[in-house]
Amino acid sequence: MSLLRLRNLSVEFATTGGRFRAVDQVDLDVDKGDVLAIVGESGSGKSVSMLALMGLLPWTAKVTADEMVFDGHDLSKMSARARRKIVGKDLAMIFQEPMSSLNPCFTVGFQIREALKIHLGMDRKAAQARALELFELVGIPDPEQRLKAFPHQMSGGMNQRVMIAMAISCNPKLLIADEPTTALDVTIQAQILDLLVRLRDETGMGLVLITHDMGVVAETAQRVSVHYAGQKVEEQPVRPLFRSPHHPYTSALLAALPERATDRRLPTIPGVVPGQFDRPQGCLFSPRCPYADDHCRKVPPAPRGPDLGLARCHYPLNTDERLAS
Amino acid sequence: MSAVTTDAPTAKTGPVVTARGLTRHYEVGGGLFAKPRVVRALSDLDFELTPGRTLAVVGESGCGKSTLARVVTLIEEPTRGDLEISGTNATPDAWKGLRSKVQIVFQDPYGSLNPRQRIGQILMEPLLINRPDMPASEREAKAREMLRLVGLRPEHFDRYPHMFSGGQRQRVAIGRALMLEPEVLVLDEPVSALDVSIQSSVLNLLIDLQERMQLAYLFISHDLSVVRHVADEVTVMYLGRAVETGPKEMIFDNPQHPYTKALLSATPRADPEAAKERIKLEGELPSPLAVPPGCAFAPRCWKAQEKCRAARPLLDGNVQKSACFFPEGEGKPSAEAPES
Repeated sequence: MSLLRLRNLSVEFATTGGRFRAVDQVDLDVDKGDVLAIVGESGSGKSVSMLALMGLLPWTAKVTADEMVFDGHDLSKMSARARRKIVGKDLAMIFQEPMSSLNPCFTVGFQIREALKIHLGMDRKAAQARALELFELVGIPDPEQRLKAFPHQMSGGMNQRVMIAMAISCNPKLLIADEPTTALDVTIQAQILDLLVRLRDETGMGLVLITHDMGVVAETAQRVSVHYAGQKVEEQPVRPLFRSPHHPYTSALLAALPERATDRRLPTIPGVVPGQFDRPQGCLFSPRCPYADDHCRKVPPAPRGPDLGLARCHYPLNTDERLAS
Repeated sequence: MSAVTTDAPTAKTGPVVTARGLTRHYEVGGGLFAKPRVVRALSDLDFELTPGRTLAVVGESGCGKSTLARVVTLIEEPTRGDLEISGTNATPDAWKGLRSKVQIVFQDPYGSLNPRQRIGQILMEPLLINRPDMPASEREAKAREMLRLVGLRPEHFDRYPHMFSGGQRQRVAIGRALMLEPEVLVLDEPVSALDVSIQSSVLNLLIDLQERMQLAYLFISHDLSVVRHVADEVTVMYLGRAVETGPKEMIFDNPQHPYTKALLSATPRADPEAAKERIKLEGELPSPLAVPPGCAFAPRCWKAQEKCRAARPLLDGNVQKSACFFPEGEGKPSAEAPES
């Protein structure tokens, strides 16, 4: 039984122009000790699907799912009160911008102790001791002094460490990191990614990494789920995904990376991600896909089998390699 | 027709921009009795920009990349040092004539375009200000021509920025920068706000324009995989100083400065099967207010010795230059800088 099981998750937003489907029939599984990367461009619904899981979407969002099971609890049928007992404790999240997700009016020590008091019922002394321990764990030098600091007194990398310390304070079973290093410099990014993977190794928690950086994916993830316009278009373990992508979108995305370029001109993907009003009838990628035909433009493809990376495509790529192996 | 549309003008020789010892310090703080403190944002930078070639400046936040962009685009006056743009010494009284030769493209196309102006107006504004004698019909013709040149369609002329995607907006920003037919384009992280699939088409556009118009690019970026693709020469900066500079191939294949090596190894590679040899740097960038004496990188360097903390290494070498007493590979150890 997996730690997190999502089946047919959809999120619709009520906008003035009608309904907008941000997440479209997504299935996901995460096990203990797993590192799953969700990649996709802006507007692919990667963050929204995880926010839906956390119950952090505004009231304009309508979340539907056949199954939304975390650690044996069905989150979709729970009351908000019962859900809050799990969210932030067993299910924790780190956001992209550490500077804006911490409260500027309180010291970081206060903010980290708050979580410990509410979820674990610790008293002041125990919470302080645990906060110290957490700061040491995430590699913040001089933890005693830093606990008294306000967010603006620390650098982005340090604040992200505080966010991580806060997220892991109650020993979560699943940690969702939403672009945890996008706002940081590369040498600091390397430190933070190492820290996340080390924590996964030590505590055995599951880790979901939302990112758009294929380099980060290649170096940290075990499994990769590629999202496009709200749908999951492909899922594979990291090595086969980079070696033989099955969905044309994954293949085009990898080809567009400058470091894979063979020519001075980079391969590009023509067009843009479909929005609310120009959503195609058939395959969502068909207007931009070099292999699309009339069948693709009319009939939306269903996910293929696991041997084809669950690719939502009528004509998946690299099928010969599967036959050869 | 304008020079924009003609193919590569006669090949120019020699650099179009030459900087020697370029320095920019800021004074911050300082109250009634407190002495202001000095931020050494940029110190003693030498470089040349040549038509048709790209110099990439890489480094982490606080290394002085953006200060450099502001000094080269004549937004700020250097505290010290010489800046020469197409043969003229760029002192503030010469700025007015030189500004149309150096233009800039900013990182965020959502912030750099006026939401209340149509694309056509945005493109025509530089001409309105800098070529007031030009008739309106010619101005419009030039703007429409530019629209085509940066890969947008004629009907986009009357639209507003909010109707465009990030990649299209960046094309508008590039078009606006080219309206005055500059010789130098400063690109301050031009693709880091864009998605991968959009990023590649904007990079292609920049490469096309450079070949066609023989532009000199100063490409500022923290993304080493992009730099590796577009640059001819690379300068690596750390806390306001160049620590290593040279042709792209040499810097990427054979880094001499430990910081360059660490930066390269910390950049994630999109290849899960590549051998990973990551150098972990301890600690963070020191504040530019309190640059350590000696080599600025010494507190984070795994090779640092007493000498590094006492004296500052000079940027040294023939083609590939680095500032280090104990360089990697075949690098020659640097000389000590005189006490200042």
